[in-house]
Amino acid sequence: MQREARHKTTIPFWRDERILKILGQVAFVLALLFVGSLIYQNMQAGLAKQGIAPGYNFLKGLSGFDIGESLFPYDRNSSYWQAYLVGLLNTLSVSIVGVVLSTVFGVILGVARLSKNFLINRLAAFYLELIRNLSLLVFLIFWYLGVFLKLPKVKEAVVWPGDIILTNRGVGIPWGLPTASYPTFRWILLIGLLLAIGVFLALRAYSRRTGRAPLTTLWTILTFIFVALAGWFILPEKPLTWELPFVKGLNLSGGKILSPEYIALTSGLILYTSAFIGEVVRAGILSVSGGQVEAARALGLNGFQTLRLIVFPQALRVIIPPLTSQYLNLIKNSSLAIAVGYPDVFYVSNTIQHQTGRSVEMILLVMVTYLIFSLVTSVFMNWYNQRIKLVER
Amino acid sequence: MRKTFAILAVLVVFSLALAACAGASTAPYGETVTVKETVVVTVVAPAAPAVVAPAGYGVTLETVKARGNLICGVNAQVPGFGYVGADGNYSGFDVDYCRALAAAIFGDATKVEFRPVTAAERFTALQSGEIDVLSRNTTWSLVRDTELGANFVHTTFYDGQGMMVPTASGITSLEGLEGGTVCVQTGTTTELNLADVMASLGVSYTPAVYEDADSTFAAYAEGRCDAVTTDKSGLVSRRTVLADPAAHVILDVTMSKEPLGPVVRHGDDQWFDIAQWTVFALFAGEEFDITSANVDSVKTSATAPEVKRWLGVEGDLGLKLGLGNDWAYNILKLVGNYEEVYNRNLGPETPTYIPRGYNSQYTDGGLLYAPPAR
Amino acid sequence: MTDMNSILPPLTERSNILRWLRKNLFGSWVDALLTILGALVIYWAVKGLLTWALTVAEWEVVSANMRLLMIGQYPIEQAWRLWIALGFLTFLMGNSLAIWARRSYLVSIVLLALPALLVYLPFGDEPRKWLIILTASGLVGWGMGCARPEVLKRSVIAGWVISLPVFILLTRGFSSAEGVMPIVGTNLWGGLLLTFLLTAVGILFSFPLGVLLALGRRSELPIIRWSSVAYIELVRGVPLITILFMAQLILPLFLPANMTIDRILRAMVGITLFSAAYLAENVRGGLQAIPNGQFEAAQALGLNGAQAMIFIILPQALRLIIPILVGQFIAVFKDTALVAIVGLLDLVGIAKSVLAQPDFLGLQREVYAFISLIYWVLSYGMSYLSQRLEEKLGVGKR
Repeated sequence: MQREARHKTTIPFWRDERILKILGQVAFVLALLFVGSLIYQNMQAGLAKQGIAPGYNFLKGLSGFDIGESLFPYDRNSSYWQAYLVGLLNTLSVSIVGVVLSTVFGVILGVARLSKNFLINRLAAFYLELIRNLSLLVFLIFWYLGVFLKLPKVKEAVVWPGDIILTNRGVGIPWGLPTASYPTFRWILLIGLLLAIGVFLALRAYSRRTGRAPLTTLWTILTFIFVALAGWFILPEKPLTWELPFVKGLNLSGGKILSPEYIALTSGLILYTSAFIGEVVRAGILSVSGGQVEAARALGLNGFQTLRLIVFPQALRVIIPPLTSQYLNLIKNSSLAIAVGYPDVFYVSNTIQHQTGRSVEMILLVMVTYLIFSLVTSVFMNWYNQRIKLVER
Repeated sequence: MRKTFAILAVLVVFSLALAACAGASTAPYGETVTVKETVVVTVVAPAAPAVVAPAGYGVTLETVKARGNLICGVNAQVPGFGYVGADGNYSGFDVDYCRALAAAIFGDATKVEFRPVTAAERFTALQSGEIDVLSRNTTWSLVRDTELGANFVHTTFYDGQGMMVPTASGITSLEGLEGGTVCVQTGTTTELNLADVMASLGVSYTPAVYEDADSTFAAYAEGRCDAVTTDKSGLVSRRTVLADPAAHVILDVTMSKEPLGPVVRHGDDQWFDIAQWTVFALFAGEEFDITSANVDSVKTSATAPEVKRWLGVEGDLGLKLGLGNDWAYNILKLVGNYEEVYNRNLGPETPTYIPRGYNSQYTDGGLLYAPPAR
Repeated sequence: MTDMNSILPPLTERSNILRWLRKNLFGSWVDALLTILGALVIYWAVKGLLTWALTVAEWEVVSANMRLLMIGQYPIEQAWRLWIALGFLTFLMGNSLAIWARRSYLVSIVLLALPALLVYLPFGDEPRKWLIILTASGLVGWGMGCARPEVLKRSVIAGWVISLPVFILLTRGFSSAEGVMPIVGTNLWGGLLLTFLLTAVGILFSFPLGVLLALGRRSELPIIRWSSVAYIELVRGVPLITILFMAQLILPLFLPANMTIDRILRAMVGITLFSAAYLAENVRGGLQAIPNGQFEAAQALGLNGAQAMIFIILPQALRLIIPILVGQFIAVFKDTALVAIVGLLDLVGIAKSVLAQPDFLGLQREVYAFISLIYWVLSYGMSYLSQRLEEKLGVGKR
């Protein structure tokens, strides 16, 4: 009697939620695999018709083309893979400079937006509203074609104070060139860095033990500078020679020549991203309650000290997650280098694609590259976020 | 207990069904396909309507006829070869070839849709079937014939790569570009040849690379670079749309051979024959002095058997190609012979005048030579 | 006992312009310095801009090519269809403003009078005539909406639903070359028309896909969850330009040999897939903000999972994230500019071919400044509207 009752209360398997869930997932996976294999087969058939076999071996072939600017020696006899690396390093250089400078500029903008000075406040607000509503591509193209390519020609170059030459072939700035003793100097700098870290840790331990506050930052920086200067003067030959740019023939030479493409791309990205970072910083600072500022004032801290010691550390908690996404946006937006002609990783992969016809492989490679960039940045920022997050009991 | 049994039963039934279909994976072109993945993957593939590569022969002509028009990939930025005016009409030497092909197939030179394609995407567009034929001043090379899935039809224009500089710069040779910048378009043989020639001359230079002809020449006009390089025909044609054409000079250097001609994709030999023999019909028209004006009278009054065969009076040449017998007649009547096409676009009356040079008949010392029809 | 009359009134600072200047602009030395610097910057920038815009710049390039910039190579004799479609849209907008935004006078006046204001721009006579007709249709719609708001509500919503298909139908046409509405091939669509179409289709189709992805990411079924996460993280980690290139070059390879897909359709697919991933994250944020109690109450009422989601959770979540959604839509609008890199002739793409005309070589600043202005005005307008919408819906207040 009881056994029958138990039988009747079991759910038949075609209505049992647990089984349906598993069936559903299996069906989903099968559908995905079905569509995926269809696509794969079509692609194989299409490529086979042309006589193209997918694979990455072609990357070892000689590239045959020159690239406008590269961070390591590259010529037409390098392989496609080396060309790709040139593009990769170019992207990295734009991204790193862009991230650092746009953070600095963005913080300044965010603080300016909250300033009590009416003019500065409004100027920052105007800038933020202007830039945030522009399309980045249009802005970059305008910035490149309308500003940097309209600089005077090399023969009529404009020289700014500090020996900065502006032409439409590039901007030349004075730069130090390494000499024979530069490698040794690098080692000396490394030793100085380690010493400075040692000093920092020692002073921090001292302040923890005794409760007094020695000027930690000052001593750390002084140590590093002292070691660097000592190295500079001790070495028989100066490690860097100061070179000024000059007009040589058809182009600029000497010092560091930044091509109009590089400058347009980097400065355009910095101007654009700093507007968004400015908004993020502003939101972060506003999130710190007013009572904190009042308490700081009551303790006798002035405006700048309040900002640095009280408001900013707390604001950072709110700033870091959206800041991460702005950094990722900057790295991804650097792919717009193709519109200004700067050879970044996407542009170079495009060139390789055209010369070899391997669109599928190259697009996959580029996507994986950007994914790795994004992943590394996210991981680093998340680690930092974890460190400064509010620890709630 | 019943539930676990039910789950297991379902899974077993599925894997049995899958296993039953195993082992029938299609391997394209006789290559063995090693599948390192799980059973599920190998099995699902053939159950799908397997896209076996069609035999190829005749497919393109069928598709084009069914569609009712020819889709032709052309340039839109090079006056004289492929250019779209403000009214939206296409004109140019390569554009006229497409019209000739359409005339051969449909008997109507207007049944063609022009798609402007950039140098970057032209081969992918051809590979994927988006365009039927590419007529876009494309250079023939071994690498392209093999790696890019393209079949190059006979050359229609023999050209060479050149360099253009502003007259005011005083540069007269490639060595004068030492340390300078050269504007070039990406995705072209021009890019590679520039690197080769400059390296062999030992001239160091910086390339400024752009996506399309408009950007390249705009940068050159702005003074971003000291010289611009592309096929000489391209230089002549683009010079006409610069602000002051007389202020630019084309150097007297030929950096490479650039045989330009139409391109079709691998896999359809009939389509390749049709495209090829359209070119030869244009050559033959000039060889036998048949123009669009006199083709009707020649057709009725011709005595030479070769002419009669070409015009379809005798024999069935057209049918062998899969077209009507009046295919060449249509080409010559609706578009004209090679000389007419050349003069219309690149002749002495046009702003883009290029002397015929190698592009003359073999009887005049040039390289145009049509094989016999039979 | 103090006499009320003997209490002096509190000391108030007299506020006049000098005191305001002193307090806000010259509060301290640093402030004063910053003010002077800022004033110099403003003077230099404004003077430079105005001098350029009014004397040096040659704006004929914009006025002569207005047709190309607005509708690309769309045949001019068929442009009347586009005007009719626009008239339909302004009519619907007039209705909607009257029915739902009766109190927002500023917004209504600006939107209704906009076509009339555009008459002053350097258009030809034909477009001016049509602009007057557009203004009239907007006003008629507003009048109808004022007169019978409740009755018209449903029809207006239905109108908005079919507005995009109608627009595409009118643009594309359906008859042969001699018929009343010949088909205009998509390779002729360009300029601002193409930008609008790409944005509208992108937003429309990425929205349901994004919601599905967000729900999938919160699902308990591991496979669905992992697939959604994989898709979202993959698409969010790559730049839009790679997805557009993938759509343009590789999508044709994915399809069977004799099936070709229109280039504009490929771009739409790329933009939709990209935007859906970002939308999914925004919707997920909204879903997370809904307390669990709502779901439990729905279950207590006897609604199953899907019903609870559709009727209870999603409406609340979507309302919470309306400003973020509008921000995402604005981003889609700005991102459509990237299709110029894959060769489509949208607003940015057509600028390049305008600049290639021999008469207008070298006028990049004018053309791109004009295009930037269009993007800016439309983006700012949309974000302003979203702020007003946010205030009206009381987001965050209840």
